[in-house]
Amino acid sequence: MAQENPKPIQGRGGARAPRPKLNHPGRLFLKLLRYILKNYAIHCIVVVVCIFLTVFASIQGTKFIQTLIDDYILPLTKQQNPDFTELAHALFSVAVYYAAGAVAAYVNTRVMVTVTQGTLQNLRDDIFTHMESLPIKYFDTHPHGDIMSTYTNDIDALRQLISQGLPQLLNSGVTVIGVLIFMFLLSVPLTVITLLMVCVTLYATKKAGGLSSKYFIAQQKDIAALNGYIEEMMEGQKVVKVFTHEEECLSQFYELNDRLFESADCANRYGNMIGPFNAQLGNLSYVLIAAIGGALALNGVGGFTVGALASFLTYNKSLNQPINQMSQQLNNIVMALAGCERIFALLDEKPETDDGYVTLVRARSENGKIVETTERTGMWAWKHTHQADGSVDYVELKGDVVFDDVDFGYNENKIVLHNVDLYATPGQKIAFVGSTGAGKTTITNLINRFYDIQDGKIRYDGININKIKKEDLRHSLGIVLQDTHLFTGTVMENIRYGKLDATDEEVIKAARLANADTFIHQLPDGYQTVLTGDGANLSQGQRQLLSIARAAIADPPVLILDEATSSIDTRTEKIVQDGMDKLMNGRTTFVIAHRLSTVKNSDCIIVLEQGRIIERGNHDELIAAHGKYYQLYTGAAD
Amino acid sequence: MLKTLGAQIREFKSASLATPVFMILEVLMETIIPLMMASIIDDGVDAGNLSHIFRMGGFMVLAACLSLFFGLMGAKYGAKASTGFARNLRKAMFENIQTFSFSNIDKFSTAGLVTRLTTDVTNLQMAYQMILRMCFRAPIFLICAMAMSFFISPRLAMIYLIAVLILGALLALITVSAHKYFTQAFPKYDDLNASVQENVSAIRVVKAYVREEYEKKRFRTASENIARMFTKAERILAFNNPLMQIASYSCIIAISWVGAKMIVGNTLTTGQLMSLLTYCMNILMNLMVLSMIFVMITMSAASAKRICEVLDEKSSLTNPENPDFDVADGSIVFDHVTFRYNSASAKPVLDNVNLTIRSGETIGVIGGTGSSKSSLVSLISRLYDVNEGRVLVGGKDVRSYDLDTLRNKVSVVLQKNVLFSGSIYENLRWGDKDADENACRHACRLACADEFIERFPDGYDTHIEQGGTNVSGGQKQRLCIARALLKKPKILILDDSTSAVDTATDAKIRKAFAEEIPDTTKIIIAQRISSVQNADRIIVLNDGVVDGFDTHENLLSANAIYREVYESQTSGGGDFDEGGAA
Repeated sequence: MAQENPKPIQGRGGARAPRPKLNHPGRLFLKLLRYILKNYAIHCIVVVVCIFLTVFASIQGTKFIQTLIDDYILPLTKQQNPDFTELAHALFSVAVYYAAGAVAAYVNTRVMVTVTQGTLQNLRDDIFTHMESLPIKYFDTHPHGDIMSTYTNDIDALRQLISQGLPQLLNSGVTVIGVLIFMFLLSVPLTVITLLMVCVTLYATKKAGGLSSKYFIAQQKDIAALNGYIEEMMEGQKVVKVFTHEEECLSQFYELNDRLFESADCANRYGNMIGPFNAQLGNLSYVLIAAIGGALALNGVGGFTVGALASFLTYNKSLNQPINQMSQQLNNIVMALAGCERIFALLDEKPETDDGYVTLVRARSENGKIVETTERTGMWAWKHTHQADGSVDYVELKGDVVFDDVDFGYNENKIVLHNVDLYATPGQKIAFVGSTGAGKTTITNLINRFYDIQDGKIRYDGININKIKKEDLRHSLGIVLQDTHLFTGTVMENIRYGKLDATDEEVIKAARLANADTFIHQLPDGYQTVLTGDGANLSQGQRQLLSIARAAIADPPVLILDEATSSIDTRTEKIVQDGMDKLMNGRTTFVIAHRLSTVKNSDCIIVLEQGRIIERGNHDELIAAHGKYYQLYTGAAD
Repeated sequence: MLKTLGAQIREFKSASLATPVFMILEVLMETIIPLMMASIIDDGVDAGNLSHIFRMGGFMVLAACLSLFFGLMGAKYGAKASTGFARNLRKAMFENIQTFSFSNIDKFSTAGLVTRLTTDVTNLQMAYQMILRMCFRAPIFLICAMAMSFFISPRLAMIYLIAVLILGALLALITVSAHKYFTQAFPKYDDLNASVQENVSAIRVVKAYVREEYEKKRFRTASENIARMFTKAERILAFNNPLMQIASYSCIIAISWVGAKMIVGNTLTTGQLMSLLTYCMNILMNLMVLSMIFVMITMSAASAKRICEVLDEKSSLTNPENPDFDVADGSIVFDHVTFRYNSASAKPVLDNVNLTIRSGETIGVIGGTGSSKSSLVSLISRLYDVNEGRVLVGGKDVRSYDLDTLRNKVSVVLQKNVLFSGSIYENLRWGDKDADENACRHACRLACADEFIERFPDGYDTHIEQGGTNVSGGQKQRLCIARALLKKPKILILDDSTSAVDTATDAKIRKAFAEEIPDTTKIIIAQRISSVQNADRIIVLNDGVVDGFDTHENLLSANAIYREVYESQTSGGGDFDEGGAA
């Protein structure tokens, strides 16, 4: 008896999703299969064997039901003293089949759980691991929502595919083939008729599916429009109230809401119709076979017997369900493969390259010479192994940064920084000013090699930064961004992010330096307060203080600061400013400045405009020059 | 909860009733069809009666057509009822949200409201369709098949009844215990996604501190935990299928054995035995469907609860019975005002505030974060109601005015302001929907927004993206001010509305106000002393209490807080502004 499944339960969105276009569905499918088999080859073999066993048991069961009447019950009725032992034997052997089938079904599902969850876990880990290795450019050029959807929607679609789609497809396929073989053995012409009816069913499914997917696309569009409107209005609900705009707001909502209702109604209606169509076409096929087969059998054409017809009819019935399932699963598989394509696309993205070989090592000074050491001396050196002869040089880490005629563009053909020359000696403070889009942030992206320059050279302590291992280069630089990002975890953990092996005392020391200690003590659990949602429970100023503390604990010789422009109140502002000043003290600092005091106290101010340095000098010099800086300072220009 | 939700079925009551009716009719057909199939075999094939096969076949085709018709009707009405229900839910929620006061809005977050209006409604739509189409169908199918079995042979049907009871109990057990693990696993899954989100948006921090390995390790642990949880839950569910098989196979064997004896004893025909075997599958299958429906419904219960919260929320502000439609002038009086956002909290946000502001005055408000500046001004346009004392506008209590009238006369530029997708004109006309182009341009000139708007290629027809993402912060603020000006208010409140505008433009806007709308009372909240020092009087707020209310000069000499702020800003702590493009 073929496994009959309950009517398909409507999935999310009701109707079937339209089939996305895929370039190489076959190749993609094989790629996925290879990925699964890589870790779960044996599991998969077990599953396949189990599926064959289940189907075999199920077909045996169907066969038995036919022979039950003809071979056992009818002979029994003709006996004078019916002897049931033969039937008992037959039932016992069938019971064994059934038991084997049930056990196989259990083993199959259970092993599939391991395969599914294991594969998903591997895939998640691989995606994440790979994502972490991607260059900043990837994150700047791909919407974050899209990246997220790989982890949620795409993985979810894949879960359906692996746990249900593939096993069911195999199960249905084996069942269909098995049943077809038995049918062929019974009667070729009737099998042909059955197959014809199957084709009609598939055609009808496709038609209804097509109609449904047309409306489904419309529905998706209307959902997007309505959701967009809802988001916008909920975001602006207070403004709506202030402007007493409720009526207007409602009338547009009604329109969008009604439109969605219409398309959703159609999409769901046609989606719902596929089931009844399939079922009744199956019944029609049954009647057709009964009539034609009956005519054949009663006229004794080709030795076709009445018993054979009864069997054939049962097979006919058990064929319908798996075929429907296959057509449905195929649709789901294509959908899941679209997700799969996005997953593999992410995995195929080129990771950040790093050809650097200069490393950062702890050092100490011995007779004026620098030697490598494992002690915590507080002194660091660049270890430069020359590729030509293998000789090793040590250069003390000081924080001397030079830009030499640097050109840069986010893509090759659009240069945004032109001929930038810069130098900062250890401990100097360099401020960048200029209007939005002048290239201030861009310059700071280059020092730590978030992006690589097109032309020119950047030297760190005299070494071309391309030769320095990225990891070590970044360890030697501290960064405080304008948008503070905190991680889910305690305050302690968030500060320790700058130096993972820092002791609690070191963390508190860094917090004190950053002026963060006071407010942390006022938090409900002090340093153990758990922050969630990017520190949503903290004020903007407090989050800045934490990010300053995080940079402070790393204690780097060079700092990149992006001052916040957002309006925090003057008192907090002063605390933040004071923390920043303490952090900058004694370090080479590149600061994108917004505060007057920062700019004034800089050793050198670089005025940028459209990717070029147009003025440089200290505050007094630039004011005297009456140039762009003077304009910005006096607020004379917009 | 059911009552609240049920009220939203409205015009789809007939469709909601028709669906289960058609589904039941379809089920009846589907129970009759196996009988016909049996008859085809028994009386047709076995008896060698071809004409009976044709006649029965004809009936069966007829039954199939009817079944198809009922099925399609069920599909149609089910879709209509459920999507219509969803539409009404969205409509009712949205309408109710429009009546919400600020404190109602504060109670639900924006994201919370959006989820309720979108995902939660979709969940309920699915569940409703499921209930209409399956909830009646499955049990009726089960009962019909059971009844037919009893009709054929009560003795054999007893076997089914026993199987149903045992299987039902086991399925319930499996569902409940797996559900327990799933409810534990799903929040973990959300956490994992949140951590990915965090990593994506903070990738610069991760890379700057070279924390890739650390993050990978953290992720792997979380990912492994989730895999473990889901494996546990799904392993329990893995019992479903084999249980089902064991139940049906046992039934088949038991029925074959007993049935054979009955056939031999002439109390059962072979055809009847075949029908019984068909019903066996029907009965057990529908039991399975029922258990799935149960899971679906429990899952959507959370959504239903969240939706009801919005539907049942009553606005905390109501229009008075005989409202006043006329605001005499722009004078404001705070009379012993005490205010709390949450009436349960001990410490008030504003404590015994007394202020008298004359019509046409320009008033500055200054104070640190959390000193309740925004709270103070939000009482003037009755965005919130006071707990004690009263606020008078134009000489009358704000609670005596018609809300719309009051808010049209008291124009607030909120600190967290929003522009909407649409042209600049469309955005401006939020202030006055009949404003002509000249009026719009004039308002923009006052707000110093004209200069940059005219530089846009499409000028005032420039399309603003959702949330105003295609204009800078300073430009957005100036557009919001222009929009508020178009209301021609008697009182204009700027809540830190020029923070991203450079100092020079800020001064120009204030000058325009003084010259062009002298009769309007202007209240300006600011961080910068320069924004308020030319005001007629300045309110210094500290921790919900008015610390000073006087002119710049007097405050400078007499008010410590004011002096401190002033000194910190003039001694090099000020802005190095970049032309309003902050």
